[in-house]
Formats: sequence, C-alpha cells, structure tokens
Amino acid sequence: MKRALIVLGAAALLAVAWTSAYGAETYKIGAIFSITGANAPLGVPEKDTVEMIVEQINKTGGINGHKLEAIVMDDAGDETKANLAAKKLIESDKVCAIVGPSLTGTSLAVAAGAQAARIPLISCAAGAVIVTPTKPYVFKTAQSDIHAVAKVLDYLKAHDLTRVAFLNVTNAFGKSGKDQMQKQSPRAGIRVIAWDEFGDKDTNMTAQLTRIRGKNPQAVVCWGTNPGPALVARDMKALKMKTPLIMSHGIANKKFIELAGDAADGVIFPAGRLIVVNEIARNEPQRKALLGYAAAFKKKYGRDPDTFGGHAWDAVMLVVRAMRKVGDDPAKIRDEVEKTRLVGISGVFAFSPTDHNGLGKDAFVMVQIKNGKWKMLT
Amino acid sequence: MSARESPASPTSEALAQVEKGHLDRRVLGLSRPTWPFVLALAVAMAILPFCFNNTYYITVLIFIGINTITAVGLNLLMGYAGQVSLGHAAFVGLGAYTSAILSTKLGLPLWATIPAAVALTSLIAYLVGMPTLRLQGHYLAMATLGFGIIAYIVFKQWDLVTSGTSGIVDVPPLSPFGRTYAETPRLFDLQTYYIVWAAACLLLVLSANIVDSRVGRAFRAVHGSEVAASTLGVNVSGFKIQVFVLSAAYAALAGCLYAHYVKFVNPEPFRFTFSIELVVMVVIGGMASVWGAVVGAGTITILSELLRSVGDYDVIAFGVILMVIMTFMPQGLTRAASDLLQAILRGRRNR
Amino acid sequence: MDLASQLLQYLFAGITAGSIYAIIALGFTVVYNCTEVINFAQGEFVMLGAMVAAWSIITLHLPLPIAFLLAVAVTSVVGIGLGCVVIPPLKRASVVTLIIITIGGSILFRGLAMLILGQDALPMPQFSEGSVMVANAVIMPQSLWILGVGLACVVLLRLFYDKTMVGRAMRATACSKEGALTVGININRMVVISFALAGAIGAVAGVIVAPISLASFDMGTMLGLKGFCAAIFGGLGNFGGGILAGLMLGIIESFGAGYISSQYKDAIAFVLLLGILFFRPQGVLSGRKRE
Repeated sequence: MKRALIVLGAAALLAVAWTSAYGAETYKIGAIFSITGANAPLGVPEKDTVEMIVEQINKTGGINGHKLEAIVMDDAGDETKANLAAKKLIESDKVCAIVGPSLTGTSLAVAAGAQAARIPLISCAAGAVIVTPTKPYVFKTAQSDIHAVAKVLDYLKAHDLTRVAFLNVTNAFGKSGKDQMQKQSPRAGIRVIAWDEFGDKDTNMTAQLTRIRGKNPQAVVCWGTNPGPALVARDMKALKMKTPLIMSHGIANKKFIELAGDAADGVIFPAGRLIVVNEIARNEPQRKALLGYAAAFKKKYGRDPDTFGGHAWDAVMLVVRAMRKVGDDPAKIRDEVEKTRLVGISGVFAFSPTDHNGLGKDAFVMVQIKNGKWKMLT
Repeated sequence: MSARESPASPTSEALAQVEKGHLDRRVLGLSRPTWPFVLALAVAMAILPFCFNNTYYITVLIFIGINTITAVGLNLLMGYAGQVSLGHAAFVGLGAYTSAILSTKLGLPLWATIPAAVALTSLIAYLVGMPTLRLQGHYLAMATLGFGIIAYIVFKQWDLVTSGTSGIVDVPPLSPFGRTYAETPRLFDLQTYYIVWAAACLLLVLSANIVDSRVGRAFRAVHGSEVAASTLGVNVSGFKIQVFVLSAAYAALAGCLYAHYVKFVNPEPFRFTFSIELVVMVVIGGMASVWGAVVGAGTITILSELLRSVGDYDVIAFGVILMVIMTFMPQGLTRAASDLLQAILRGRRNR
Repeated sequence: MDLASQLLQYLFAGITAGSIYAIIALGFTVVYNCTEVINFAQGEFVMLGAMVAAWSIITLHLPLPIAFLLAVAVTSVVGIGLGCVVIPPLKRASVVTLIIITIGGSILFRGLAMLILGQDALPMPQFSEGSVMVANAVIMPQSLWILGVGLACVVLLRLFYDKTMVGRAMRATACSKEGALTVGININRMVVISFALAGAIGAVAGVIVAPISLASFDMGTMLGLKGFCAAIFGGLGNFGGGILAGLMLGIIESFGAGYISSQYKDAIAFVLLLGILFFRPQGVLSGRKRE
C-alpha cells in the first residue's frame, strides 16, 4: 500500500512538473519592419520599441501568465520580401497578429494576404489608403495624411496664408500628401498656385524653388520624408527665400534638424505630441503614456525615441491589451481591437468598424523649430 | 556533329560557329531533346507541394516560378541573340500594370486582360528594339537601361492611369477554377502554384524548341558572328528583334501572374534594381541553356530569403557572391555543375 | 522676380548639377578607354567619396581638407581592388560578364557603406560661406567650388595624360593593346591604374557635391546612371564630349524642371539617352564612330 502511494505521489509530482513546464503556452506575434535599406530610420526604432515592450511585459509576468514572443522580420522596403515575411509568420510561425509594415507600399502588399488568412494586421505606415475602404482585419496606428493636411490647412487659414506653393517628394508619402492637398485645399479656401515635385535622390531643388519663387507665394508647403525636405530648407536659405516654410509630419525627427542645420530654423510642421512631451499640459490624457515611453526608451537604448517608434508602440499595445482580455485567438483579437480606445503615443485612438485608424487631426500639434529645438505652437 | 570543313571560307567559319556555337546542350551529360527533362521537372513540381505542410514554401516557389518565366525569356535574348537588356523589369511592370488596369478600371475578365497585356508589351518592345537592334554593339543594353528607368518614372507619376505611388489595389485574383479556390488562402496559393509552374514548364519546352529549330541555330550563329550569319542568309536584325519581343512577352506574362497573385501593383517592384536582379539570374544560372533560367531564378530568390536573416550583411554577401561566381564560373552555375559532373564521370570511367 | 534672373538661376543650378555629371562621365571614360568595360560601380565611387568625407568630418572630427584627401585615398584603393578583380576575366570573358562583375562590385560597395558608415543620410559642411548675387540670381558658393574643382580635375587629368609616362602609357593602351604590349607596357597595371583614377575622380565628385546634396549610401545609383548618360551623349571614350554633355544635361534638366514640369525631371536624362541611341548612337559630340 505504501509503495503504491509513493508511486502515485511521484507520478502526480511528475505530472504537475510536466504540465507546469509546458503549461502556459507562449503568445506569438509577428512584426515586419524595414530594418535595412533606405527606410531603416523608420524600421529600426519600430523594431527597438517592439523588443523593448516585449521584454518589459515578460519581466512583469507576461500576459496572464503567458510569455510573449515577437518574431521580427525585415522586409528592406521590398514588397515581395514583405509578402514572404507575412506568409512565413502566418504559416510557419503561426502568429496571432502582425505589427507593421513600416511603409504604405509594403503594407498594401501584405494587407490582402493578412485579410484572407484572418490574421489582424496593424500597420505603422501613413497612407490612408491602407484602411480606406476598411478591411476587417487591417488596422493602422500612424496618423493619416488626411489629418496632417487638414491640420496644416487650419494653420494656413488661421495665419491668412491663402496663396501657397506645394512641393512634394515623388514617393508614396509625398504624393499621398499632394493628393490630400488637392482634395482639401479648395474647401479650406487655400489656393495652391504652384505644384512641384522632386525625386528623393535629387541633389538639389533649386530649379523647382526658382519656379516657385517666381510665382510669389505667401508660404511654401513641403511634403516628404528625409532627406529631401532638408535639402528644400537648405536650398531655400541659399536662395535667400524668406517665405514661411511649412512641412509635414515626415520631418518630426532629430535627423531633419541634423541634415538641414541652420536652415531648419523657423520651419513649422504638424507632429504627434511625443516630440514636445515636456511642453504639453499636465491634464493632457497622453502625457503619462508619452513620458513613460520616452523614459523607458531612453533608459534602454540611450537615445530619445521618435514618432516612428511611437507608431510601433501603439500597434503592439493594441494587440497586447486585446490579448489580455481575450487570449490569442486572432478573430477575437480583431474584434477587441476594433472596439478599443487607447491613449497612445501617436494620439488618442478610438477604433470602430468604420474607422480602422482611430485618429483625427487633434492627434497633431503644430510645432516650430527654433535654434535646433522643437517648440509647440499654441 | 560532323567534322569541320577546311577553314578559311566565311561560310565554313559560320558553320563551325553554328556547330560549336555558344550553346552547349550537353547539360547533365545528355544531348538532344529537352522535353523529357521538362516533364521530369513538371512531375517533381507537381508532387512538391505535398511535401510541405505550410504554404510559405509554396509562396517562395510561386515567386521562383514567376521569375523563371521572365528569366527564360531573358535567357533567350542574352544567350542566343547575345544582347543584354538592362531594363527588363519595365516589361514585367508593363504586363502587370496593363492587366491590373484593364481588370480593375474596365472590369474586363482575366482571359482577356492577360493576352492584351502581353500584346501591348510586345508592341512597346518592338518600338524600343527596332531602332537599336539595327545596329551592332551594345546599344540595346543602353536603350533598355534608359527605357527601364523611364517606365518606372511613368509608373510613379502617371497618376491618372497607374494610380502612381499608391498603386492599384484589389486586383482580381487568378481564378480559373472558380471563386472558392480564389478566396481560400491555401487553395489560392496551391492553384496559383500549379498555374505558374505549368506556364513555366510550357515555356521551357517552347524555348528549347526555338533553340533547337532552324531559327534557333541561326540565333546561335548570330551570337557567334553577326557577319558570318548574314552570309548564311540569316536576317540578323530581324531575328534579334523577334527574340527581344519574345523575351518581353515572357516578362509581361510573368508580370500578369504577379499582379493577379499579389493582388496589388505599385511601381516599386519594377525599379532598376529588379532589372539587374533579372540579368543576374540569367547569368548566374548560365546563359548556355534554358535551364540556366530555372537555376538562376531559384538561386537568387532563395538566396534573398536566406540572407534576410543575416540582416545588414545580406547586401554585401549578395555582391560578393555575384562577383565570385562571375569570376570563377562565368558560364554560370548550370555549366559549372555539368562540367563538375562530367569530370566526376570521366574520373570514374578512367579508373 | 523677373524673367532674366529666373533664367540665370536655372542656368546656375543646371551648371552645378551638370558639372557633377561631367566629372562622373570622366570617370566612365577613363575606364572605358583603357579596358572597354563600362564600370557600373562608378556611381558608388562618388557615394564612397561623399560618405567617407562626411563620416570622417562628423565622427572623426577631421578638418575638411584632410577628410577630402582621405575620401579620395580610400576610394582609389577601392578602385584598385575592383581593377584587380576585373583583370583575370578581362581577356576571355564577354562584355556581359564584365558588366555584371562591376555591378556586383557596386552592390558590394553599397553594402559596405551601409554597414560601416550607416544607413542614415549625413550632412556635410559647405566649403565656404557667403554667396554671390548676379542680377538677382544667387550663386551658391559651393557651386563655384564645384566648378573650380571640376576644372582643376580636368586640367590635372589632361596633364596626366599628356606629360607623365604613366598617362601616355594609358593613352597607348587605349589606342591599341597589341601596340602597347609590343613596347613593353604592362597592361594589367594600366587597368588597375585606370580604375584607381576612376575611383579618385568619383570621390572628388562626391566630396564636392555632398555639401549640397547630403551624403547617403544610396546616392550613387542615380548619379552614376546620369553620368553614364552624359558619357554616351558625348560619345563613349571622348573626354571633351563627356564633359560638355554632362554640363548640357544638367542645364536641360534644370530648364525642363523649371519650365515644363518637375514631375518628370529624372526622366529627361534617359529620354535624351533613348533619343541619342535611336538617331545618333555614336554620340552627339563625338567626331568618330566608336565600335
């Protein structure tokens, strides 16, 4: 009898040990970012942010006892690579959600696949076209160019700058901005008297700026991501153009100031509150999240975070919060995300079945660069 | 083949060229018909999907298949007509965009848009090739370089037609077997896989036949010596143009398959970088036989995927591998493999 | 702003860009004349020059002249490396193989730059401050530097080819390989020197354009291609033609962007290329027909 009890006890102990070792299974999420190549400035902070969050979560007990694992893949800004990465994550790694990609083009390339496979995709790219028309499984956390342009138009109107020139980079970001400007400026009462473009590898924009100067605008609006806009600022300074220069949220990073040097002074642009976190009011809902993120990022990586990393923060937190409530079933995560209100880094999100971006133009504040530093305009 | 005549006369020179040629069909130690090998490939590809339990590998193979189709066409141009195209991505893009535009904006069915895309691209190739292929030398290379970049810029800027950088979304999928197949991801991948590889195998057989035919032997003669070939009564520029247009048609078909598989077309996949990748595929695989295209497309696509995990080093590795293969195995991997095999067999026989 | 000053402004911008294209065309010509190879890594030589200079100013805090010399030295060494790699296949390989080797080289150099010097764009200080006004049009001081250094480059190259033993040996090689061999010229050494020279020339172009355009690891491709177009217009192998063609290309681009449309500015160079190839393949400015 005693022997039987001992054997039973041992077996029971073994059983407990066995199940607790394999007990709580890991929650797996996938991430696709442009970590190498020309768009590394977007992908690297996004990847760093995701890894930071995963580490934090696992240190504090995971998600309801489950370990969180993020499988980060690089698409190098290439649509086919993004496609293959998504396939791998969904089919081989069996993730329950995908964060990213970093760019509009790559996001569109994987959106159809994620939708068909019924895995939630939360993109960190700017293009409004990613979620218009809404696909049930596709979301995005970066602010839309629709709202950025709206914010800029508000500013122009408020300062009586109704004859402007518009200059954009010939990439998806720039042209999407141009598209929005064409759509929204008539209603806002702003007349665009010159439309010009420049390639993202152009060496100088003097020709375009000379043409613009000839038309005598009250302000120049420049829409693009680095390094083009920095060159525009420099060339304008070299040509001694004193026209007010307003840019897009694509320059909301230190790199712009570094590249443009003195020419950055006076440039005005819409940005998420992250870059002016020390100036926002105490009762602002985003303040706590922003300060927390900035501190944690600085502590781990020794440098300030930027808006791109912020988009990744929002995306991962959306998934994590959903998983805390419903576990790792992709369909349930999707339903949960669609209902979420999140005070995030890019803004205060309010998702709904008809709005998979969840942000409005109040996700932006207008910022001006003064002496190499950002100052919020009220 | 038969012994050479006494040298000196241009005709015998030309004949010697044709016999020895730049084409060596003794791949894997065999001569004559290629179709049994294509059949073997077809059977292998047919069985392959059932060895994997997830569709990631099938997707990789689909992309390899699509690239193979373009590479086979480019191989004909480079290996047989001896010309280089540094802008072939443009023809892939033209095929993709035309079929996507016709099916989304005009709502036409795929069995109409795909042939239309191939036809339009072939016409454009004819217009580009005609003026330059009349001349000797590498003018086609430069013309295709320029044309490829112009095409990319037009894709990006002609918003009205191509939707510019935002691209064309919701391109209808390939669905010859009905909507259920097209809408279930696993079935869609499988179905596309078979369509792509069936097309690739058919085109391989077609290309091998062209190579073997009288026309094909004239091609090889052209590559060897344009002067000699014309003394044989071969219409040199006519053939060069024909091959160029054919290679563009192959590329256009590949583009259509891409568009209706990924269901999204934007300008980025058709940059100059991709044109270079295509040339690399053909050259690495080996220009001497149509198999080079398959080997090259497979190698480059798989290499890209494998190197991805090495992160920052993948570009360096790619460049190094390219230079090494070109320096030590300029005839390409297929030829190097076949030489190796022959050396082994010869070694064994001598023992 | 009146028409005259607008015109002048376009002209100055065009000459600035055109000078860079001209220098790059020189690089292509140097290699082509000696080896008949079209060196597709020429654009990356420009990139390396710009990146090494910018990086050493920012990270190593070197003064500008030293950074300039360092950039030229490093890129020349890279050029020597490429030249050495090209030598073995040069005799027996086809033109396609050689082109692909230089393409492989360009991919490798871009990868190395990405890895070692970083994926971010780097700024570079202007060589001097201030600006010049001519009839209400601004000449950026860097433009003057570009013209000046470019001119110096051309003069030095001319002196090299005319007055030095090595230079004359290279001209001999370009005219006839067999002839050069019979007088005991080491062809391999000529090949390596031509690549080193192309590297140096490219680096110079990179360093003088970087203050205007910023340095980034992917700046080489487009610049190289446009410089290549200029080399073709001028007649591949024709020094003077390449320079003139480069300047003209820059000016046409500038006026095209200003008066027609900036949307298709980049296409201008390649439309011209196609036009030349269709109607006068030996180049507009070349006197002789080159096979």
